[in-house]
Amino acid sequence: MSANMKSRRAKALGRRSDAESLPSESWELRLYVAGATPRATTALENLKKICEEHLAGKYSIEVIDLLRNPKLARGDQILALPTLVRKLPEPVRKIIGDLSDTERVLVGLDLRPR
Amino acid sequence: MLEPKHTRRPKQLPGNEKCPTGIRGLDEITFGGLPRGRPTLVCGGAGSGKTLLAMEFIIHGIRDFGEPGVFMAFEETAEELTKNVASLGFDLEYLIHQRRLAVDHVRIERSEIEETGEYDLEGLFVRLNSMIEEVGAKRVAIDTIEALFASLPNEAILRAELRRLFRWLKDRNVTAVITGEQGERTLTRHGLEEYVSDCVIFLDHRVTNQVATRRLRVAKYRGSIHGTNEYPTLIDEHGLSILPISSLGLDYAVGSERIPTGIDRLDAMLGGKGYYRGSSILVTGSAGTGKTSVATAFADAACRRGERCLYFAFEEAPSQIVRNMASIGFDLHHWVRKGLLRFEAVRSTLYGLEQHLVSIHKAVNDFQPAGVVVDPITNLTAITGDQGEVKAMLMRMIDFLKNQGITAVFTSLTEGGDAAEQSEVGVSSLMDTWLLLRNVEAAGERNRLLFVLKSRGMAHSNQVREFLLSDQGLRLTDVYVGCGSVLTGSARLLQEAQDKAQAADERQKIARRRRELEQEQTLAQAQLDTLQLKTAALAEEIKTLASDEQARLVAAAHEQTELAHARGADGNKDTPKKGNKTHVGKHEKP
Repeated sequence: MSANMKSRRAKALGRRSDAESLPSESWELRLYVAGATPRATTALENLKKICEEHLAGKYSIEVIDLLRNPKLARGDQILALPTLVRKLPEPVRKIIGDLSDTERVLVGLDLRPR
Repeated sequence: MLEPKHTRRPKQLPGNEKCPTGIRGLDEITFGGLPRGRPTLVCGGAGSGKTLLAMEFIIHGIRDFGEPGVFMAFEETAEELTKNVASLGFDLEYLIHQRRLAVDHVRIERSEIEETGEYDLEGLFVRLNSMIEEVGAKRVAIDTIEALFASLPNEAILRAELRRLFRWLKDRNVTAVITGEQGERTLTRHGLEEYVSDCVIFLDHRVTNQVATRRLRVAKYRGSIHGTNEYPTLIDEHGLSILPISSLGLDYAVGSERIPTGIDRLDAMLGGKGYYRGSSILVTGSAGTGKTSVATAFADAACRRGERCLYFAFEEAPSQIVRNMASIGFDLHHWVRKGLLRFEAVRSTLYGLEQHLVSIHKAVNDFQPAGVVVDPITNLTAITGDQGEVKAMLMRMIDFLKNQGITAVFTSLTEGGDAAEQSEVGVSSLMDTWLLLRNVEAAGERNRLLFVLKSRGMAHSNQVREFLLSDQGLRLTDVYVGCGSVLTGSARLLQEAQDKAQAADERQKIARRRRELEQEQTLAQAQLDTLQLKTAALAEEIKTLASDEQARLVAAAHEQTELAHARGADGNKDTPKKGNKTHVGKHEKP
């Protein structure tokens, strides 16, 4: 619980530093898809757009195609596709869907308060 | 009996290929197993054994049928699963290592998930597919996919995806078991039966009288006949077993071999040869009549012949039975050591009737005995007040034992007040031989009686015997049946002595009476003689009397003549000489 509180505070700090564009924080994002479906394409486009708007210069996106690496689905407990996993900063967050609802994506990424 | 008969080895019906589960009993009631290449829904309440059924289906597939399997768990982690089934003797890690089994734990926390737009569950398919390909799986278990309803907010998507999943499983041609939590009005909480319609198995776990009973029912099996009853199910150290009770019928083979009862004179009462092998024997009696002793004599005799005997003790601890029976000359401990006798002691109230039945099945199958003792069956009624249920259970048990050609002795306690001929659990009609033990209390002591109430297919004695327990063993002796009463024990001895005395007395009496009569006869003869003498004397007297009269007449005539002569002596002097009558007449006429 207290760790959670700490991380939330860290995030709050992070947001302030975000405004100050501190390069110390990097966002590691993973997008799981299964093949180049239209939904996967939409999700990736949406994600890029959001990242450019809110996390310009400090994010990395890794797209994992489960059709090629099916075993990777286990590690992050992927069921729904597409799934966006925020590996860093911690804690890990999961956002499912094609990321068309920008507000909810921002909430899910802790870029907006819940 | 109305159920279709089938042989022990389930037959495969044409056109409907089946996938054996390897779970004892389940393949029998489904006539071969689950529908091959199609999904089967297994539903039931918490703790009803769904996960175990799914897991056994996979493990037996791998071990017994060479079909690799995949287990997808939503509730337990692979480690937990491994640990849980290790106690049943299944080594998941080894099978995984051999690449014959793949286990995946799917965990989704709703709180971790944010829904943003459209999605599907392709990830689940990918994971399943990758596992299926990894081990070349023919079987898939998914336990419990309904957990997804709690983790995924969008039910519409979930339902669409489940429909797709089951179709996909069919397309992959794997035989799948999907478990689901029992719903209130539906078979499963979220209506999975809507998607899985080929075969539905329902597991029930209910508690009556504080005793839990598991049951299994095949609710649906498209395109196949199947047993429709609820079948008792047991989970024990070997896993799940289902008891296909009603598959047993009355078509068992009967022999004419006879086996001794262990009590010589009882053999004599049963046509001189004892019980039939494979028959069921009921021994009833009130408390302390020696039921256990009769049963033990049977067990002891079986062990003496080198046959195995299984003793179900519902009332006493085995050590107690061994000790007590030693006091009447049976060394059961010796047979236990030699492995010929095995005790299965369990409090009858420990679990339900069906559970008992299943455990009896298992014990019999494990030990392969020639004889079985159940002591006593009456304790089973303590489990449910329902005599009908007990009777049904015993009927199944008897059918089962008969099918195996096992001779079984059941003891049954009758309450003191009841009519002893009324078998307590109403099973007497199921029994081939019925021995009745009875206490007789008289003259300040209690004695035991034994008689054969019935014994099918053999001439048996209609006599009552006194049943004696001594440190030399069991003995039957004739009872006293004179004077319209039956006497036993010392009363019998007393009466026998009395009888002897009485007989002597009688003999004396008769002799005396005879003497008396003889005397009387002599007396009568004497009287007769006297009377005869008297008759003779009288006759003599009569004769004398007649001659006297003649003499008197002659004298009188003479006197008259004398008188006449004296008076006159004129005229007819000579006339009186011719006869006085004529003379008198002549004389009076004028």
